[in-house]
Amino acid sequence: MIWIGQIFQGMLLGGYYALIACGLSFMFSVMGVINLAHGSFAVLAAFALWAIAEYAGLSPFLGWLIILPGMALLGVDFQRLILDRSTRAGFLIPVLSTFGLSICIDNSLFERFGADTRSLAPYIGDLSYDSWELADGVFVGKLAVYIFLAAIVLLGGLQLFLSRTHLGRSIRATAVDRDTVGLLGIDASRVNSCAAAIAMVTVSIAGAALAMRATFDPYAGAPQLLFAFEAAVIGGTGSLWGTLVGGLALGVAQSVGAQINPQGFLIAGHAVFLVVLIARASFDRVFDAWRAVILPKARAS
Amino acid sequence: MSVAGFSVERWTRPSIAVAVSSAMLLCGMTFLPFIVGPAILDRMTTLFIYVILAATWNALAGYGGLVSIGQQAFFGLGAYATIRLSDYGVNVYLAVLAAPLVVALVSFPLSFPMLRLKASEFAVGMWVMAELFHLLVNLDPLVQGETGTSLIALNAYDVGQRNALTFWIALATMAIVLIALFMLLRSATGAALQAIRDNEEAASSIGVRVTTVKRIVFVFAAAGAAIAGSLWLASAISFQPKTYFSVQWTSYMIFMVLVGGLGSFEGAIVGAVIFYAMEAAFGSAGVWYMIGLGAAALLFSLFMPRGLYGTFGSRTGVQLLPVGYWLRAAPSEPAAGRLSKTAEA
Repeated sequence: MIWIGQIFQGMLLGGYYALIACGLSFMFSVMGVINLAHGSFAVLAAFALWAIAEYAGLSPFLGWLIILPGMALLGVDFQRLILDRSTRAGFLIPVLSTFGLSICIDNSLFERFGADTRSLAPYIGDLSYDSWELADGVFVGKLAVYIFLAAIVLLGGLQLFLSRTHLGRSIRATAVDRDTVGLLGIDASRVNSCAAAIAMVTVSIAGAALAMRATFDPYAGAPQLLFAFEAAVIGGTGSLWGTLVGGLALGVAQSVGAQINPQGFLIAGHAVFLVVLIARASFDRVFDAWRAVILPKARAS
Repeated sequence: MSVAGFSVERWTRPSIAVAVSSAMLLCGMTFLPFIVGPAILDRMTTLFIYVILAATWNALAGYGGLVSIGQQAFFGLGAYATIRLSDYGVNVYLAVLAAPLVVALVSFPLSFPMLRLKASEFAVGMWVMAELFHLLVNLDPLVQGETGTSLIALNAYDVGQRNALTFWIALATMAIVLIALFMLLRSATGAALQAIRDNEEAASSIGVRVTTVKRIVFVFAAAGAAIAGSLWLASAISFQPKTYFSVQWTSYMIFMVLVGGLGSFEGAIVGAVIFYAMEAAFGSAGVWYMIGLGAAALLFSLFMPRGLYGTFGSRTGVQLLPVGYWLRAAPSEPAAGRLSKTAEA
C-alpha cells in the first residue's frame, strides 16, 4: 500500500516538474535555446509573490495577477536584449549569457532578501495542508492536485495555441526558419518576443507553485532548472506532451527513491535521467547501424 | 615551405621570444619557495590552479565547442579520489598526482552518453552529472555526508615542506597541462579541433572524426579539472563536498575564459590572471563580487565573445604562442620587399 501511495505522490510531484519544465521546453522548441536562467526566473517570481503577500498583505492569487504583466514584459526584454543577440552569435553564446544572467539574478535576490528560506504556505490558508482521502490511508493534497491540473491545462493550452492560432503557427514557422518567415510578412523578432513573454508567464505560474507547495531561497533557481531540464530531456526535448511524461517519470523516480533510502530522492531522479540518456544513445547507435549496414543490404537484395 | 610565392611559417620572432621567456619564467619560479614566505606561495598555487582550470575549460569549450556547466564534477571527483587513495595508504602527494588519472578513467565511459547531447543539452546535462556525483560521494562513509573530512595524511609533512611541495606540484602540473595543450593544438588533432570549432558539419564532411576528437578533449578537460581539485585540496586540506562540487567553479572558469578569450590559447591564461587579480581586489565584496562576475560573463558573451585577448589578437595580428600557421608572401618575390599583412591559418 505504501508503494502505491508513493507512486501516487510521485505522479502529483511530477505535475509540478511538468509545470516548471513547460516554459523551458517551450522556449527550446521555439528558439532552440535552453535558458539557463529559467530556474532563477521562477524563483524571482516566487520572491515577487512573497513580497506582495508579506508587505502588501495581498493574497498570492491576486499577487499573481499583479506580477503577470511584469513577467511578460520581462520576457520581452529578455528576448530583445539578450536572447536575440546571443542566438545570432552561434550556439555557445546563449548558454554562456543565460548562465551569467542566472548568477546575477540569484545573487541579487540574495543581496535583497538574504539567506532565509521563505514559503507562500502561510498566506494561502488551509489550502497548503488540506487533502482528500482517496482510499484507506492514501491521502492526496489538494494543492498538489491543483498544481497537477494546472500543468495539464497549461501544456494542453500551449499545444492548442501552437497548432490552432495564427500567432502559434507564426511561432512554429519562425522556429523552423527565421529568415524565410520574413518573406511571408512575419516579423520574426516580434514573434519571438511574444514567445518569450508566453514562456515567462508559464514561469510565473511555476514560481507560484514552487512558493506555495514548498520553501525556496535565493539559490533555489539552480535545482529548479535541473528538474525542469531533466523532465524535458526524459520526455524528449521540445515536445510538450513529452514534457508531462518526463515530469511524471522524474517525480515517480524521486518518490520511489526516497522510499528506498533517505538520500535516494535526488539520486534516483538523476539516475533515471542518466539511464534515459544512455538508452537513447544506444538506441541511436542501433538505428545508425540499421541505416548504414542493414538497410543498404536489404535494398541491394 | 613555400607555395607559389608564399611561405608558411609557425614561429615568428616575437613568439620565439615569448616562448623562451615563459620557459625561463617557469624555471625561475621553481626557486620561489627558497625566497618568499608561505602566504605568497599559497597565493601563487591558487593562481596556478586557476590557470589550469581556465586552460582546460577553454580547450573544452573554445576548441571542442563543448560548453559544460558541470566541470565541478571532475574538480570534486579529483579531490575525492585524493582523499580515497590517501585513505588506502597511498602517499598523499602521489594520491594528488594519481587523482586525475582515476578521474580520466571515469570520464571516458561518461563521454559516450554525454557527447550524444547537443550544445545546450550537453551544458546542462553535465551539470546534472555533477549533482549526481556530488550525491554519490556524500554516500561514502569516509566523507560523512556534507560534514566532509580532511586530508589528514598531510600531517606527515610540516607546514613549510607542505607549502613548497604543493607549490612545486602545482607549478609542474600547470606547465605540463599548458605544454600538453600546446602540443595537442599544434598536432593533427588540434587542427581537427579547430575545424570542429569553426564548423562541425564541414569538418565532418572532410573526414574529421568529430566524436573521437571531442572525446579526447573531454577526457583531457576532465583530468585537468581533477588535478585542479586535488591541488586545491592539498592547499586547503579540508574536503566538504558542497564546496568542491559547487557550480561556482564552473562560473569562475567561464568568467576567466570569456574575459580572456574563448578559443585562444593565451587568452585563457590572461583571463586566469585577470580573475586572480579581481578576486584579490573585490573578493571581499561577497555577493556584489558574484553579481559582477555574472554581469561580466553576460556582457562579454554578448558584446565581446572573443574576450580581451582574442579581440586584441585579431585586431593587431599578434599571436604570442603559435598554435596556428602564418601565411606570408615569400621575401624572394620582387613585389614583396617587406613582410606583407599576414593571414592566420
